[in-house]
Order: sequence, then C-alpha cells, then structure tokens
Amino acid sequence: MSKARLMQGNEACVEGALAAGVRFFGGYPITPSTEIAEGMAKLLPTVGGKFVQMEDEIASMGVVLGASLAGKKAVTASSGPGISLKQELIGYAAAAEIPVVIVNVQRVGPSTGQPTAPSQGDVMQARWGTHGDHPMIALSPWSVREAFDTAVMAVNYSERFRTPVILLMDEIVGHLREKVELPEASAIEIYPRRKPTCSRAEGYQPFTPDKDLVPNTANFGEGYHIHVTGLIHDDTGFPIGSPKITREVTKRLHEKIDIARDEITHVEEYFMDDAEYAVVAFGGTARTAYEAVANARKKGIKVGMVRLITIWPFADKAIKKIAEKVKGILVAELNYGQLVGEVERVVAGKCPVELCAKYDMTIFEPAEIEAGIDELVAGGKA
Amino acid sequence: MERSFEKYFRQNRLPHLWCPGCGNGIVMKAIVQAIEKKGLDQDKTVIVSGIGCSSRASGYMDFDTLHTAHGRAIPFATGIKLANPELNVIVITGDGDCTAIGGNHFIHGCRRNVDLTVVLFNNSIYGMTGGQASPMTPTHKKATTAPYGAIDRNFDACRLAEAAGATYVARSTAFHVQHLTDMIAGGIDNKGFSFIEAICQCPTSFGRKNKMADPAKMMMWMRDNAVMKAAWDKLPDDKKTEEKFPIGLFYNESETDYATAYNEVIQIAGGADK
Ligand SMILES: Cc1ncc(C[n+]2csc(CCOP(=O)(O)OP(=O)(O)O)c2C)c(N)n1
Ligand code: SF4
Ligand SMILES: [Mg+2]
Repeated sequence: MSKARLMQGNEACVEGALAAGVRFFGGYPITPSTEIAEGMAKLLPTVGGKFVQMEDEIASMGVVLGASLAGKKAVTASSGPGISLKQELIGYAAAAEIPVVIVNVQRVGPSTGQPTAPSQGDVMQARWGTHGDHPMIALSPWSVREAFDTAVMAVNYSERFRTPVILLMDEIVGHLREKVELPEASAIEIYPRRKPTCSRAEGYQPFTPDKDLVPNTANFGEGYHIHVTGLIHDDTGFPIGSPKITREVTKRLHEKIDIARDEITHVEEYFMDDAEYAVVAFGGTARTAYEAVANARKKGIKVGMVRLITIWPFADKAIKKIAEKVKGILVAELNYGQLVGEVERVVAGKCPVELCAKYDMTIFEPAEIEAGIDELVAGGKA
Repeated sequence: MERSFEKYFRQNRLPHLWCPGCGNGIVMKAIVQAIEKKGLDQDKTVIVSGIGCSSRASGYMDFDTLHTAHGRAIPFATGIKLANPELNVIVITGDGDCTAIGGNHFIHGCRRNVDLTVVLFNNSIYGMTGGQASPMTPTHKKATTAPYGAIDRNFDACRLAEAAGATYVARSTAFHVQHLTDMIAGGIDNKGFSFIEAICQCPTSFGRKNKMADPAKMMMWMRDNAVMKAAWDKLPDDKKTEEKFPIGLFYNESETDYATAYNEVIQIAGGADK
C-alpha cells in the first residue's frame, strides 16, 4: 500500500513524469514552475536519469528534444516568458514528430506580468504558440493528484502520437498542497517508445506512418542512419519541395490526433444529470466553480459543472451535447476570455454562453462565480 | 573505384546544393576523413547541424543526422550526448549560426565541457540568406547589410571558445585540407568540448561583394595569410597585419566532461544501478 503524502502540485507533476518513465529534464528557473526543475534535479539521478540546467528556455527546449531523439523520455517546464521562448522549438517537435512534454505553470502575462500570481491566460498560446499549422494536445489538472495523473498521461500521449504535449498547469494547482496517495507503479500504464517495425535492408523509412498515422521513428544510435529535420519531409525524413507532400504531411500531422480525439479528450461532469445550466471550467478555477455550483444548488438552481481535463483538442462533442440540453452555459476562466470563444464556436447559438472572467492576479471567490450563475439564470447581463 | 570515405556519404542525396567553388564540401569531406581516421563507428556517430548553407551538410552524411533550428545545434547535441554518452556527437555550424543566434548556446556549451566536436564553417557571411553580415564578417568588409563596409567588430571564435571553457580549440582552412582533417581528428580525440574553426570560402555571397569572386583566389588568400601557430608566436607584432591569422591547435587541456561528472551525481544520488 502506498502511503498518503502531503505534496505540492508541482511535486506531483515531477513524480508523475518519473512514474511514466521520464529520465531527462532540461530547464531554466522561473516562478511558479521552479519546483519542477528543483524536484527533477533531486530525483532524476536517483533513478539513473539526468537533469541539466540550461542557459535559457530555448536551450532547455533544444536539449530535451535531443535527449528524446537519443531515446530518453524527456520533459521541460516553465512559465510565461519562458514558454514564449520555447515556441519555435515546440513547432520543431511537432514537425519532426519528437515526443516531449512541456509543462506550463501559468502566471499572469503578457511579458513579466505578475510573476507569482495565478492566471489561465495561456489557453490560446498552448494551442497556437508556434508558427504554422500544427496539432496540439494540452491537459490541465485541477488537483495535486491529477497533476500526477495528467503528467503520466502527457508523457504517454507524447510517445504514442510522437508529438509535443503541453501540461497546462496554473499557479493555483502548482503551488497547492494536498494530501495525496500516489498509485503503485504496477497500476500505472506506460506507453513505451515506438520501435521500427523492419530493418534498413527491408526498406525501413523513419517517417512512414503506421496504421494509426504515427511513424515508428528509430532512436539515434540504433543503426538506422535516420535524418531528422524541421523542413517538410517525406517518409524518408529528407526535405522535399513538393506541394503534394507538404499537403499530405500537414494533413497527417493533424489527422493522427484527430482520429484519436474521443479517446484523448477527457471531460468530467458534476451535477449534470438534471442540470438546466452548466458552468464550464478547468484547472484551479474548476475548484472554485465546483463550490459555486454546489452553493447555487443549495439555493435551488439546477446547475452543473463541466470540467475540461483535455483543453486541446477541444471537447467539441461534450460541449455540443450539453448545449442541446441546458438553457445556458457560463464559462469561468482566469483571463480576459479565451476558452469562451471555443465554447461559443461549438454551441453555435443553441443556448446563451456567458463569460465569467477574472484577470486581476487573484483567484476566483465562489461568490463571484455564483453571481455569474445568477446572471445567467436571470437571462444574461443587465 | 570506390574511395574509402565514400561510404560515409548518402550517395543518393548527392549532388549537393552548394554553389560551384563553395568551401563547404571541402570541410565536410575533412570531417568524414577525420571520422575515418579515428575509426568511429558509423552507427554510433550522430551529426547535428543548425541552419545555413553549411548546416545542410548533415543531410549528405550517412550517419544518424539532425538538422535542427537556426543556432540551436549545440543544445540538441548536448541532449543527445547526455542521453546516450556512447554516441560520438559532431556538430556542424556556420559563423552566423554559432556566434550570432547561437552565441549563448556556444559559450555555455564550452563552459559545460560536454563531449562534443563542434566544427564551425567560417565563411565570414550569412551564405544561405544571400550575404548579410555576420558577427564574424571582418570589420570594413562588405555585405548586403553592410553595403559601405561593416563597422561592427568581429568575433575571434577561437579566443571566445577558449575563454568560455572549451577544452580543445583549433583553427584551419579549406586550403589546408590535411591540416584541417588533423585538427578535427584531434577534436574527436578530446573527451570534452572541442571547437574547430574551419575558414572556408563563400564565393557567391562574400567573395563577390569583396572583390574575390574567384574561389581559387579565395583559397590562395587562405594559403597566403594563414600562419602556423608556432610561426605566428614568433612573428613580430608589426608583421601580424590585418589579413594574417594563425592556424593550428591553440588550446588543449584535459578536464572532466559533463556526462562523466554527471555520473558522479548519479552515484551520490544512488541511481547507478537503475
Ligand atoms: C530563427 C531564424 N532566424 C533567421 C533565419 C534565417 N537564416 C537562415 S540561415 C541564416 C544565416 C546562416 O549563416 P551562417 O550560419 O553563417 O551559415 P552559412 O549559410 O553561411 O553557411 C539565417 C539568418 C532562420 N532560419 N531562423
Ligand atoms: S551561398 Fe556561399 S556558402 Fe552558400 S552554397 Fe553558395 S558559396 Fe556556399
Ligand atoms: Mg556563414
């Protein structure tokens, strides 16, 4: 039996990554993500892994991609300005199909913003934060235990789809301390590094997609002599200036995630069975939203909550289903209004969508979200 | 007859895309000859490059090869080496790639003393983007972004590498091919961060702007101005004119490389048998 321990979200993230098989971390300190680097520096060598503090976040991103190509599961973590610096190489990981996890413990931006204060202002950066068309997977935990679980999931998805995965934490969960019981190693499912299915002599090509549209790219040092580049390339890995290949590769990069969308889009519902209204929230904000919804229920309002664990790809199906049955949706997020646009896109006028936004460096009080629920029930803002 | 070094090239990726007379091919060949001389296992050698004309070399070389982003070859190479220290990691970079956009990674790579062999193809210009000034374009030389002559002072990348902590520092030129090969081979031998500056000609983007469009003339310039280190050290200061420069091995000290040092960390942390 594993024992309950008091730990922080950031620590749980480290534990989850290690449990998922991560053996390499490269990073640069920045509040409120620093505890992840510190935890990795302490724990990685105890399991034979390596930690390296790089000169900046660009280098941190490069070093983990190199380690991943050489066969180690690798993670980097940062916040705000540091994530902005990583963007070019996040795109490199998407283009060259390199498994990697980027933890973003969100803080108030733009720029240096409010360094120690919570925010959820990087929802769209997580989706679009690099140039060009690319798919993205982003997960957002609401508790310390879930920081562990989503870290495992993020590593597994990065390996399974050979793609960068963003673990979109926030300062609330990152610095939250809770008593948690972590699962036994035997209870954790790990997606292993994909392996070449044939030899060079049999015509192996490093970027030929498997049935699930994901290639079984060899690691460096295994004798396959592969070429990896950020230029658009065909199955051989070599660049090619062809409209056909450019179109096919761009399409496949998206489709490899799209066809697994139902499986990787995790949503949880609370009090939704008889709900006439729904609050959509994620991450640390969902904790407050849950209390607000429970309070509103006590007042007799039939309101429920939909919590997004997977932020990207967006939970189109789940939100559409809810829009069919409720009279209104309130989106509570700790920013000027980002996720709400996605909800509106999917709801497409089927019911009113209201925004409960907060962007003053403090977390929501339940009363603030309750007021939002009241307004929604009363038929929108006056 | 197949020449012994041909097995190190991906014949189906040739001919290369470089201009006629470009020095990149000479330096690339010197690298594979150094690899051959040192008997490196082709399956256990990784070539990592940045972005630029010179960095396209990785695609022609028959190893595991990685063409990274502009300036970022050294961080990627660091990750490869630390993840699997049994791999020999050779970095190909340009003067802009290494000392402008990648300058910070370069000095920190030197400081960490990761066991990499970094070969800088110094053509004094941004070749790929058509001849803009780089931090290694000599002052007063012309570039498309310095049409009246560069006023920036240029880096001496060898002195920079040594000051930053590289444990092997050497320079040679595309004219001195055998010497260049030896300098690279020495870098492969050094277990630590080895830096070799290979001066090479870009007739298209640098030469034409600076009255040296003929690649043979550019190579003769290397022949006439490069001075072997031993001779350079004896040269009186008034003979060290602006065009003259030293070549040879400038620095080589044995220091614990990063991966070896980290193994001690793993020992202390108790993870050695994991
Ligand atoms: C982030 C980024 N900025 C700019 C460029 C454009 N770019 C490509 S190669 C290059 C310069 C290459 O010069 P150098 O490193 O000296 O290599 P050379 O082509 O001379 O071999 C530049 C500026 C880029 N690819 N990426
Ligand atoms: S532009 Fe210069 S460096 Fe580039 S291929 Fe041509 S000659 Fe070589
Ligand atoms: Mg150059």
